[in-house]
Order: sequence, then structure tokens, then C-alpha cells
Amino acid sequence: MASEHGESTYYVPEQSKYPVLASMGVGLMLVGVATWLNDLHAHREGSPALLMLGFAVLATVLFNWFGTAIGENIKGMNSPQLKRSYRIGMQWFIFSEVMFFFTFFGGLFYVRELVGPWLSGEGVGHFTNEMLWKGFHFSWPMMETPQQAHGGVAAQLIANNGTFIGPKENMSWPGVAEAAHWLPLWNTIFLVTSSVTCEFAHHALKANNRGAFKLWLAITLALGFAFVFFQAKEYHEAYTVLGLTLKSGIYGTTFFMLTGFHGFHVCLGAFMLTVMFLRALKGHFNKDDHFGFEAASWYWHFVDVVWLFLVAVVYVF
Amino acid sequence: MAHGPAKGLSRWLFATNHKDIGSMYLWFSFAMFILGGAFAMVIRAELFKPGLQLVQPEFFNQMTTMHGLVMVFGAIMPSFVGLANWMIPLMIGAPDMALPRMNNFSFWLLPFAFCILASTLFMPGGAPNFGWTFYAPLSTTYAPPSVTFFIFAVHVMGASSIMGSINIIATVLNLRAPGMTLMKMPLFVWTWLITAFLLIAVMPVLAGAVTMMLMDIHFGTSFFSAAGGGDPVLFQHVFWFFGHPEVYIIILPAFGVVSEIIPTFSRKPLFGYSSMVYATASIAFLSFIVWAHHMYVVGMPVAGEMYFMIATMLIAVPTGVKVFNWVTTMFRGSITFETPMLFCIAFIVLFTTGGFSGLMLSLAPSDFQYHDSYFVVAHFHYVMVAGAVFSMSAAVYYWLPKWTGRMYSEAMGKTHFWISFIGFNLTFFPQHFVGLAGMPRRIPDYNLIFADWNMVSSIGAFIYGSSQILFLFNVIRTIVAGKPNAAAKTWDGATGLEWTVPSPAPFHTFSVPPQVK
Amino acid sequence: MHSKAKRLLSLLLGPVLLLTAHASAWADLADRSTVNMSPGVTLLGKDIYDLHMLVIWISVGIGIVVFALMFYSLIAHRKSLGHQAEHWHEHLGAELAWTIIPFFILAFMAWPAIKTLLKVYDTDEPEMNVVVTGYQWKWKYEYLGQTPADSVSFFSNLATPRAEIEGKQPKSEFYLLEVDEPIHIPVHTKVRFLITGNDVIHSWWVPELAVKKDAIPGIVNEAWTKAEKVGIYRGQCAELCGKDHGFMPIVVVVEEKADYDKWLSGKKAEARKLRELMAQSFSKEEMIAKGEKVYTNTCMACHGAKGEGGVGKPIAGSKVATGAIEEHLNVVVNGRPGTAMQAFGGILNELDIAAVVTYQRNAFGNNMGDSLQAVDVAKFKSKK
Ligand code: HEA
Ligand code: HEA
Ligand code: CUA
Ligand SMILES: [Cu+2]
Repeated sequence: MASEHGESTYYVPEQSKYPVLASMGVGLMLVGVATWLNDLHAHREGSPALLMLGFAVLATVLFNWFGTAIGENIKGMNSPQLKRSYRIGMQWFIFSEVMFFFTFFGGLFYVRELVGPWLSGEGVGHFTNEMLWKGFHFSWPMMETPQQAHGGVAAQLIANNGTFIGPKENMSWPGVAEAAHWLPLWNTIFLVTSSVTCEFAHHALKANNRGAFKLWLAITLALGFAFVFFQAKEYHEAYTVLGLTLKSGIYGTTFFMLTGFHGFHVCLGAFMLTVMFLRALKGHFNKDDHFGFEAASWYWHFVDVVWLFLVAVVYVF
Repeated sequence: MAHGPAKGLSRWLFATNHKDIGSMYLWFSFAMFILGGAFAMVIRAELFKPGLQLVQPEFFNQMTTMHGLVMVFGAIMPSFVGLANWMIPLMIGAPDMALPRMNNFSFWLLPFAFCILASTLFMPGGAPNFGWTFYAPLSTTYAPPSVTFFIFAVHVMGASSIMGSINIIATVLNLRAPGMTLMKMPLFVWTWLITAFLLIAVMPVLAGAVTMMLMDIHFGTSFFSAAGGGDPVLFQHVFWFFGHPEVYIIILPAFGVVSEIIPTFSRKPLFGYSSMVYATASIAFLSFIVWAHHMYVVGMPVAGEMYFMIATMLIAVPTGVKVFNWVTTMFRGSITFETPMLFCIAFIVLFTTGGFSGLMLSLAPSDFQYHDSYFVVAHFHYVMVAGAVFSMSAAVYYWLPKWTGRMYSEAMGKTHFWISFIGFNLTFFPQHFVGLAGMPRRIPDYNLIFADWNMVSSIGAFIYGSSQILFLFNVIRTIVAGKPNAAAKTWDGATGLEWTVPSPAPFHTFSVPPQVK
Repeated sequence: MHSKAKRLLSLLLGPVLLLTAHASAWADLADRSTVNMSPGVTLLGKDIYDLHMLVIWISVGIGIVVFALMFYSLIAHRKSLGHQAEHWHEHLGAELAWTIIPFFILAFMAWPAIKTLLKVYDTDEPEMNVVVTGYQWKWKYEYLGQTPADSVSFFSNLATPRAEIEGKQPKSEFYLLEVDEPIHIPVHTKVRFLITGNDVIHSWWVPELAVKKDAIPGIVNEAWTKAEKVGIYRGQCAELCGKDHGFMPIVVVVEEKADYDKWLSGKKAEARKLRELMAQSFSKEEMIAKGEKVYTNTCMACHGAKGEGGVGKPIAGSKVATGAIEEHLNVVVNGRPGTAMQAFGGILNELDIAAVVTYQRNAFGNNMGDSLQAVDVAKFKSKK
């Protein structure tokens, strides 16, 4: 509370051009992406130019915005109270991200635990299976979609809104013997280790050991990039070898959406840590004041925890 | 810090001041209220009598959809965020919002989002036409191309709400004046703290829902397609997991406003302050576990049905606590009837009526008859118009003297109230009747047995709509020519820090935090 | 009573009627309450109605107590009367009381609600089944027999003429609540409806039979009714399903068992005749004439009265309608995946498909001169 520090004034920043320009960037970007997607959908020639432009605007603004905020801190304009506001802000932002993932985990739970069995005739699904999806048996990973089980798009008894063909192979835990060739295991090791090294970096920083700080941070980053690399490799294999795509029914859908959003967040986190690394090289941060790094590290732990849940429900069980 | 506002347009475009940003939110939301209201007028004009008169069914569906979306996301939510921006720092003795630049970002995203949304009206295939609840697959496979723009507009609104809420939480948790403990905060601040939490928890879920739609439409996934092992009903679960807390996001700040105004004009402290806080928290908690009461007819297993019914009914208990507390606050007070108080009294009566119809809807077997009929439309306008909009009108009259340093015209205010009250009830009470008699919602035309009440309803809607012109006029007149009223404390019964600063509130207030005893 | 006068009366007395509405069966719209729920013609509907009234009365009771206290304060404790405000603001006992008492009131309502809910879900042991499928924007009803040849299936379309909707002709009593082919069920018989949707979600709602259930594509829901009174009952699609959501009514004829049996065997004979018809061939002109009717009922909504397009692509001069006939047939039978163009193979019979394809190729300025027969369509379908 305000009484804890003796200041009588709170720093309210000067007017700023960044917010309205950033909004403009967001607006351009989204109009661009929507137009582009719609063009592709209608088999028209589309172009991502507007999307790129919007993104460039947004990126430039954010770069300067963050630059300003960092500059203010370096100039010592940030009171402890304001610093606390930043921390609170980051914490609740991460909470909102948790809820975003919760949505997709919830969806996965619902289709696996309820819809699948219903489509195959259990519980309230008796007639659903008997009348519409005869021949469909549910198991997870779903290797054969109800549509396939019933004889394909043409034989399907409801209006057709897509062709969904199950994968040839899935990504599940292959058993101990094959474990060494199973990428998710390696990725788990990378990500968990990187969370630990990130903590080491933090401790090194708090101990004012800048060399170790930079080293651990670099290792964290390397592990993060290794994760992204193997994830990309896994996707490549899924599309080219396993026949597992976004269109492979609900298994492919949930697999790619969960791992995809997670992968995207890893990229974001790795980007944040890269920025922190560059800032560290520039001599930013000291042992008591390093919120930027701390926020990025919270984010990194968050993507790590999400991954553990993911491995559990998407890959193993 | 001693400087005043910047000159010209840049004051608004580049604002970091909570009062300026609050004002922008309020004006923006009023503009959206007029836009959403205009859509409602099209709906009511078409429904004035049986037969297709003005619009084609396709366009009617766009009107219904856009009306719901604009009112909920454009009018009501931003209006309360605007109020929060203006009042929370004043109420807790803070110099500004915790993160002023992000505050302006939250605001400026909205005009962009709503320009995108409104522009869909002019796109080939028309605007979204699948209802504000946008159930798949009507909103995916069968949607007009503008759905892609709609999806991104929703993403932006969500981002705006989340940032706005983070700001409010940081402000309340971090910027309270010394001595302002949590349990001394005005109730409006409490309700907003809890609302902000709800927003951060459920806006990402809405973002998830529209993202799933985007993937189904453009990338061939099968979230909402049984053929691929998904389920159209999954959409509804995700939507209502957001949607039900959303309706409390709309009403909790309204509860806060009413809890400020009633004590003032009863000249008696709010009865049961702490039980009000606990009731608000209970409502918020319950709101997460009742969502499927919107889905009684989708074919859930009976156990699920029963669970959701009982959980939903429980919400009547904490809400009842609030109603009883308000009434008891008035009991043995010393009551006067200024415009804000009139709106609050009407709020209590009409919101409770809407709550009762909510309770009826919560009973699953009866809902098999009510669902998707005009009875539901009547229910939610009682809680949202007579609840949220009435409380917002009350709030504007109540704090306008503080914002402008001028007094509004009480006579015009009271006229606005009575026309609103009569117009509102004429519009929406008959909708209970036609709903029970079997009229489905979202239809542009109907059988003759529903004709009389629909005509009454349309007439009421025009009356209620016109009364808003009076409101707008009164507000503008106050700003430009109202009687100056420089007293710090406009209302003799008012308490709270906002009444300790001069009127109009200076550009910067509480640069030195006040000491709260 | 004259219906106009009656409507006026109900308008004036609406609120009073709401509270005193007497339970009786309304077979006729003019008798249907315009202010309250209909108890309908089923025991379940009566239970629901009773629950509904119970909660209304409880709400009115609570409302009277709460508002009486409020208005008493507003009147007695006005400042203008010189009333001085007191300053207490807490009372544990009162607060506990109004937290705990509502639980009991709620329990009192929950009990009958649960009992009724279990009845709603009791779809077991029906005496017959009807499959109901929602289409944009019509209903399909199927009576499953022992063999396919023994089954009956038909579509039920809005029968109100456009002229009435557009106000060029006075509106009749059953305006928007009339169909070309109603569904028939026997009285005193437990009928189970197996409800599903073909394209988007619809909802099958007949208030007087106390049935409302969503028709969801890919999912089959169950509902049931047991009508206790002969009559004609009307309802509407209750879930927003696109443009003509307001124009897909439901009409259910509840009749004596004997009448019902007669109707059903009539339908079966009709179906047999249709099958024979399909084996015949028709001249191109006959097919075009037939196809025009099919087009108006089925295709026009999206493709326009002159084939100019709308939600759907134009037919006039289109690549498909002026290209290879095989491909044209393919589009109609299998639809265009991922668009609003449905697969009509399961919606229209072979004769209608042949007719409409023939029509489209020889109308709107398309002048292909070729034609199809029902057998061609059947052959095409069996090829895959
Ligand atoms: C501000 C918004 C708001 C609020 C506050 C509420 C409040 C409630 N709503 Fe409402 N509701 C909506 C907005 C809101 N609703 C909207 C927008 C829809 C439709 C969405 C759509 O489909 O488009 C909807 C639809 C809706 C449905 C689905 C209907 C259907 O589609 O079939 C249901 C069903 O349970 C429901 C229930 C309730 C209940 C039980 C409450 C309770 O919170 C009410 C509690 C209040 C009271 C009960 C009164 C005061 C209490 C007392 C005086 C105490 C004593 C009382 C007793 C013990 C009985 N609502
Ligand atoms: C908080 C939200 C909110 C608010 C404030 C309102 C306000 C109003 N609503 Fe709202 N309504 C919804 C939320 C809201 N609604 C939602 C969520 C739906 C469901 C949508 C769906 O089914 O998907 C809905 C649906 C809905 C329907 C059902 C449509 C259908 O099912 O097809 C109707 C019909 O009467 C209706 C009417 C009105 C009217 C007359 C007002 C009035 O209160 C509006 C008054 C305001 C004005 C009129 C504007 C200001 C005045 C002027 C600009 C002056 C000029 C006025 C005149 C010329 C008269 N609404
Ligand atoms: Cu079919 Cu609405
Ligand atoms: Cu709800």
C-alpha cells in the first residue's frame, strides 16, 4: 500500500502515442488476416500484405513502447509501487493465458470422455450410433472417424461439412522399448531442464553473478530452441509420414490445437527470453531490479507446466 | 504532474489520464447504445404487426445478432469500464489507474473492433446472422464470409477487456490510499474487483470458442462436427462457460452502483456491507458452475440436467441477500427521490422481476417450454435493461455533477425516468405473455395470436427509445449550460472519497494519497 | 365469442388472466391462451404447467413481501415527512434468516421439478417411434417399418402462401403455422421422437405436446409425448437455423388409432406408387414441369427465382448447369462439401433429382436440351 513508501506522488506517464498506434496496428493486422483467409477460402488470389503491414506497425510500436518503459525504469522513474503494478499485471496476464489453455483442455476432455462414447452408442448416444454412425467404435487416439466408419463422406447421412480421415499412426507413448525415439520425451526433458536452468539464471542474477546469469540464460534459450526444432520435426513427420493433420478428425484437431498453441507460446516465451538475453548483454538488470527478466521467466515456467499437462493428456493417456 | 490536459485532439488520442479515458469509454458506449438501439428499433418495427413489412428475414437475423453483440460488448461492458475508470481511483484515493498507457490501449482497441464489426453490414453475404450466441455449425459451415471479421473483432474486444480488467485489479490491489483496507472499500469497487476477475477468467474462453470456429471454417478441423468425432454441442458448452459469467459481468457493477446510491438518498449506511461482499463473491463463484442451464434442450444426460438446475437455483440465495439488504437500507432511512434514486428503486423492482423469471427458467422441466421463446427475451431484458441500463442511467445522474461541476435538470431527469419506466415495461412485460403462448425468439414474422402484444411491445420500445433522446439532451445541456454546482459534496447523504475532491474533479486528484481512518 | 373481441378482452385483462388462466385443452388457436403457458394435452404438460404456476405464485408471494416493505419505507420514511435516518447497518439474525429461508423455498420448488424432469427423460418403452429431421428449412418425418419398403417418409413444408406473408392477401387463422403435410400420431399412445438435424441445429417444439428438443446434426436426441386428446397441434422451429427459421412450422395431427392406421396405410400405398413412378420414364417436357416445382420448393431460396443466385451460386449460365450432366448430377446429389450447398441425394427422391437437374439445364436461358430419368440417378448413386 501507498504508506509503505514515503513518496507523495505517483508517476503518471506523459501522454503517449503508443496505445492508439498499437490499436491501429492491431486493426490493420486483423483486417488483413481476415481478408486474406476469406480470399483463400473462396479460392481467390489473396495477399498477406495488409497483415504484414499491420504487424510491422504493431511490432514497431511495441518495440518503442517497451523501450520507453525500460528507459523510464533505468532513469529511476518507477516507484516501488509502480513496479508492483507491473508484477500484478503480468501475473494476471498469465492467469488469462491459463484460462485460454483451459478451454482447449476442457474441449479435449469433453470429446474424449463424453462425445466419443456417445457417438459409439453408449449412454444417451444409443440412437446416435444406431441411426447415423453405425460401425463406429470409439477409442483414443481416434484412428477412424465416425464418417469413415460409416462408409465415408458419400454414405454419411447428414449434410457433409468436410472430409475427416483418421491418421495412419498417432503420437501416443510407444512403450518403454521405443521411448528413446519418441520426440515428446526429449522435448519434455528439454523444457523441464530449461525451466530449471532459467531458475539458475535467476539465482545467479540475484547473487549478482552476471557471467553465470548470462550463461544459464543462454542454455535456457538453447533448450527452448531445441524444443521448437523438435516440435517442428514432429509436425513435419505427422504431415508427411503419419497422415496426421488438422483434418484427421477430432484427434488431429485436438492434437494440433493443443500442441500448436503451446508451441506458439514457447516461441513467444523464447522470444521474450532472447530479448532478455540481449538486454543482459547490454548490461541491463541488477540484482534487485530485473522485472523484465522475471516476467519472462514466469512465462517460461508457465509454458513448461502447460507442457506437462499436455504430455499427460495429449500424448500419454 | 501539475500540468493540465493537452490541447485539442491529442488530449484524447494520446490520453493517459483516467478521467479522460473514462469519458471516452462512456461516450463510446453511449454511441454503441444508440447503434444497438437503432438495430432494436428495426426489430421492433418489423415485429409491429404480422407479415414482412420492412426487412427480409436474412437481414432481420443480422439485426438481431448485431443488436445483441453491440449492446452486450459495445454498450454495457464499456460503459461500466468507463465508470470504473472514472470512479475507482477517486473512490480509493488513487492518483490514476495503475497502468495508464495500457488503459488507453484497452480503450482504443474498441473503436477498431467495432468498426470491423459494423463494417460487416456492408460486406457481401451480410453481417453475422447467427445470433449473438453464434451456435455452430450455423456460425461455421453455414455462415456468411463476414464471420471471419466477426471472429477477429471478438478477439480484439476480448483483449481490450482483459487488459482493462488487469488494470482494474492492479489499481485496486495496489493503489489504495493508506488506511483503505479491502473491507472499507466502497461496494462499487468491490463489485468491480470481482467482475474484473470474472472477465480475466472467461474472456480467454470466448477467445478459445471463436478460435475453434476459425479453425473449423478455414483449416478443416472438426471441433463441431460429429462426422469427425467432435460435437456441435461442444461449442455451446464453451460459449456458455463464458456466457453465463458474462451476464454477471454485466450485472455486478450495476449492483455496485445501486449499493452506492441507495445509502446516499436514504441517508443511512448500506445495510450488511460484509454480507454484500460475500454475496457478490458467491454469485461470481456460482456463475462458473451453472453454464449449461442455457442448454437444457440439447439432450444432456438427466444427471447433468439435474445438477445444473440445482446449482442455478442456488444463485437466488446470494442475489436475494443483496435485494433484502437494499430494501433494509431504505427501511427507517430519510428518503428523497432524486433521479438517481428513482432509477435505483425501479432497478430493485424490475431486476427482481427479471430474477424471478430467471428462477423459472432455471427449472429444467419448465424450461423445455420456455427455452428459445420470447419469455427468455423478456427475462434477459428485465435484468439487462432494467438492471444494467437503468443502473447506468442512475450512475450518470449521480456522478454527473462531480464530473462536470454542473447540475443536471432534475425535472428533465425525472421525466426521462418516468418515460423510461413506462416504456420499458410496455416493451418487455408483454414479451412474457407471447413467449408463454408459444412465440419463438429470433423470428421476423408470427401468427396473428401474437399480434396484439407485439404491437404493444413495439410501441413501448419506441417510447423507451425516445426517452433516451431526452437523456442525451439533458447530459449535453448539463455540460454546456448546467447550473454550476461547485460543492465538493453534491448530495447531502453521500459518503466516500470521491465527494472530498472539488467539482468538477480536477484533472489530477489524490496526487498525495489521503489518509483514510 | 368473436375472436377480435376476445383478443381485445385478453389484452385488457392480460395480467389478470395470466394469474387465473384456467387449464383446458386448446385444439384451436383461437382458444389458446395469449398470455400463459398451455398445459397442453399431455399429463407431462400438465405437470410442467403446474410447476410453472407454482413458481409464479411463490415469486409473487416473495415479491409482495419484499416490495411491500420497500414501499412502506419509501412512503413512511421520507425525508419530506421529516423522518430522521437511523444509523444501524447490521443485524446478524436478519441476515442469516434471509440467507437460510430461501434455501427451503428453493428446495420446495426443486422437489416437483426433479420429479417432472425424470418424467421428461423417461423415453423408454414407447409404443412407436417417429424420426424427425430438421432441414434448412423444413422437417422430415419417418415412420420406420419392418422393411424399407414398409417405411414412410415425407417432408413437411410451410404452406402459407407468399402473398399472405407479403401482405398482398389477408392472413388466415393458421398463418405461418400450416404445412403441406402434417405429421400424424395416434391418441393415448406413447410416441418416441428420434430427433436429429441434417445441416444446422433446429429445435422441434410443439407446446401443447410438451416437447422441445434440439435437432442437432450428427446427434440423435430422444423425446416423447402421449397426447390424451384428439386434435391438431401446432408449433415452430425454436432454434435459430438461418434465413427461414421463422418459416418452418410443425403441425401434428393427433387422431384415433383407427384413423391413424388408415392414414399410415394410405401413405404406404403412396410410397409404393412413387416407387413405381420412378421406374417409368417421362418426356423431357414432363420432367421440366416437374423440375420447376422441385426447384421452387427446394432450390429457389438460395439460387433465386430466376436462377440468378443469392446465398448459392447462380444457375443461369453456370459452369455446372451448362457443363457435363454427370458433374451436375454429382453436385446435386453430393453437394459441395464445406459450403451451404447440401447433398440432396438424401433429401430428394431420384425422380425429383432427375427432374430438377433437367429443369436447371433447360431454364433461365440455359439451353442444354439434355434430360435425365429417375433410373439414371439411381444408377449414379449406386455406382459409388
Ligand atoms: C444481467 C444479466 C442476467 C442476470 C443477472 C441473469 C440472472 C439469472 N438468470 Fe438469466 N439470462 C441472461 C441474462 C441474465 N440472467 C441472458 C442474456 C439470457 C439469454 C441468453 C440468450 O440465450 O441469448 C439468460 C437466460 C437464462 C436462462 C436460459 C433460458 C433459456 O434459454 O432457456 C436461464 C435458465 O436457467 C437463466 C437463469 C437465470 C437465473 C436463475 C438468474 C439469477 O441470477 C436471478 C437471481 C435473482 C432472483 C431470484 C431475484 C431476487 C431474489 C430474491 C428476492 C430472493 C428470494 C427468492 C427466492 C428464494 C426465489 N437465464
Ligand atoms: C444489455 C443489452 C441489451 C439492451 C440494452 C437491449 C435493449 C433493447 N432490446 Fe435487446 N437484446 C439483447 C440485449 C439487449 N437489448 C440481446 C443479447 C438479445 C439477443 C440477441 C439474439 O437473439 O441473438 C436481444 C434481443 C432483442 C429482441 C429479440 C430479437 C429476436 O429474438 O429476434 C428484441 C425484440 O424486441 C429486443 C429489443 C430491445 C429493445 C427495444 C431495447 C431498447 O432498450 C433499446 C433502447 C435504445 C434505443 C432505441 C437507442 C437510443 C435512442 C435513440 C437513438 C433515439 C432514437 C429512438 C427512436 C427513433 C425511437 N432485443
Ligand atoms: Cu429450423 Cu429454426
Ligand atoms: Cu445463464
